[in-house]
Amino acid sequence: MSPVHGGAPAGNRRSDWRGVDLHVVTGKGGTGKSTVAAALALALASTGKNVLLCEVEGRQGIARMFDVEPLPYEERRIARGLPLGDVAPGAVNALHIDPESALLEYLSMYYKLGRAGKALDRFGIIDFATTIAPGVRDVLLTGKVYEAVQRNARNKSATVYDAVVLDAPPTGRITQFLNVNGELAGLAKVGPIKAQADTVMTLFRSPRTVVHLVTVLEEMPVTETVDGIADLREARLPVGGVVINMVRPRDLGPADLAAARAGTLDREAVAADLSRAGVEVSHELVDSLLEEARDHAARRGLEDSQREVVEALDVPSYELPRMPGGIDLGGLYELAARMREQGLA
Amino acid sequence: MTRSRPRVGPLAATADRAPRLDVDALIDDPGTGIIVCCGSGGVGKTTTSAALALRAAERGRRVVVLTIDPARRLAQSMGIETLDNTPRPVVGVGPGSLDAMMLDMKRTFDEVVLSQATPEKARAILDNPFYIALSSSFSGTQEYMAMEKLGQVHRQAQAEGTYDLIVVDTPPSRSALDFLDAPERLSSFLDGRFIRLLLAPAKGPARLMTAGLGLVTNALTKILGAQVLRDMQTFVAAFDTLFGGFRQRAETTFSLLQAPGTAFLVIAAPEPDALREASYFVERLTEDEMPLAGLVVNRASPAARTDLSADEAVAAADRLSRTSEGSTTAGLLRLHADRVRMVEREAHLRERWATAHPEVATTVVPAMATDVHDLEGLRRIGDLLAGTVTDRVDRAG
Repeated sequence: MSPVHGGAPAGNRRSDWRGVDLHVVTGKGGTGKSTVAAALALALASTGKNVLLCEVEGRQGIARMFDVEPLPYEERRIARGLPLGDVAPGAVNALHIDPESALLEYLSMYYKLGRAGKALDRFGIIDFATTIAPGVRDVLLTGKVYEAVQRNARNKSATVYDAVVLDAPPTGRITQFLNVNGELAGLAKVGPIKAQADTVMTLFRSPRTVVHLVTVLEEMPVTETVDGIADLREARLPVGGVVINMVRPRDLGPADLAAARAGTLDREAVAADLSRAGVEVSHELVDSLLEEARDHAARRGLEDSQREVVEALDVPSYELPRMPGGIDLGGLYELAARMREQGLA
Repeated sequence: MTRSRPRVGPLAATADRAPRLDVDALIDDPGTGIIVCCGSGGVGKTTTSAALALRAAERGRRVVVLTIDPARRLAQSMGIETLDNTPRPVVGVGPGSLDAMMLDMKRTFDEVVLSQATPEKARAILDNPFYIALSSSFSGTQEYMAMEKLGQVHRQAQAEGTYDLIVVDTPPSRSALDFLDAPERLSSFLDGRFIRLLLAPAKGPARLMTAGLGLVTNALTKILGAQVLRDMQTFVAAFDTLFGGFRQRAETTFSLLQAPGTAFLVIAAPEPDALREASYFVERLTEDEMPLAGLVVNRASPAARTDLSADEAVAAADRLSRTSEGSTTAGLLRLHADRVRMVEREAHLRERWATAHPEVATTVVPAMATDVHDLEGLRRIGDLLAGTVTDRVDRAG
């Protein structure tokens, strides 16, 4: 795999993650990790790379975000990056990885099982491996991700990508998920599984992989991010950046925020401004605006204190705005542009 | 805007025509013995469970809350440094009582093995590499063990009369329904041919090695390696006698969940993904004839107190910005527009959901600016859940 290092167009920083082939995106539930993964794939494609975006949780979230038919176990082109400067944009392909298909593919790629393959199915072993046997799911899912990053001759005519983005399981489970091959390698001391698991772990622990953590500026998600980073480091998995998602709008400056918090915003001036702007002024309206401002100021204060926690982590951080109307395809491109400006892609 | 302005709080649920979920009636009903909180990750399931449990205890119930999520801050908010597998009393609760515990997956599994097998056999199981991996690090075991623990706590409560209400928080799995599927999966595994295959060589008689079995064993040896297969076989052979008990208890717990004394609460946030997951839960629970009590929508944006629309606010803000740059009032108007858009979007999502599930009673809880730090914070969430306070705006700090 040879990443394309095109010159960054004006307004965009060079990526902080040059030379990375696998971007793993995790985050606490509700922080928007799938959105961030999708936007990151678009951002990378905008730098001219051909990108594969993978999901492994069976939710078909990619299909919904990009407004396409539910994805099969097959790489499908779903979007192109934005043309920026003189770089021709790359494509975003998507793959929905389910464990059963991954297992069947793996068996056919590595083992000539013939009749035995059918027997495995008949004995309920395929079903056992993918639904009942704990942990095997994760081995199969990470195994397929590995295959996509490290394409080899066994998978003939497969597209080779410049980067793979994985919409991974949530922060609380990410180390276990990525380390599952390590666990398995510990379980199987010799044999083909051991060899396979070791190879996968070598990629995940190399500088070619980074794990980005998505958070919002609230206590619990930030705490989970801090813990997640510690867990990743302990498992010797490479920590990427912290993506701070859904940052509140900054329509009030520091002085106004302080006044809003203290309840000293000038009522009369606000009322005068409103009527100058052609709004019908009532006590209720002014009260509501001031109350909203106070609430906003309190939450901004909490955001600032959580931002300090993130900044103390010694990990690059990136900020994405909250979209009041929700996320659509246009919204994804907008987030992708923010990522490019800040050097995440 | 011609329709009434969107509002958050219990009034909103009635405006949506969805029946309002009466949380107090649910927890006061002595017939309610188990409340299961399920929902996708990040919707405040654990906090809701704790707040409900506390509220029930303060209304006279003897409650134990079983959480899955190791949320330290939540434990501390209940005055317990770290939660573990043993119920710990929460101080300062009355007239009822509240104990809290957190599922320790490995310890629960170990305890089952120790209590069900002879010491010799238990040792063989606990030392088996396959068992160690299964019980401590692999995902999926959590669901089985959550079921096991719930059954245990329930049996104990019945025998000793310690609790009359168990509040359970479900594991943050990809789909928390894995929790419900655990007994069936276990059964299908035990009845399957695979287990016979694993047992056959360990038990010896070569005549069981039919042609099909031989083929499969060879394939497995090729893929897994002989050593892994041997560990699995030793594990299954040692565990063989315990499986029956596991299955029986899992099935008992499953029918316990279907019994009228159980109430499921589906927890969501006003986001498309969380509500989609909530629909999935509701359908699945209905399908399995599990008693669904209602939907809790957490983290709702608080509504504004004025009718001024987002478009009007933005237009006015633009006019002000043209004449005075950095106008404070323009900033206030933009903030207002942002809030109105959020509230409208959420109200729309909830209305669509209610239209599709008109029978599901709902309660809406506004977003808190801060996390819960003490019992007072949990009480406040309890009040919001029950709808006894209706403050739209959460004033923090």
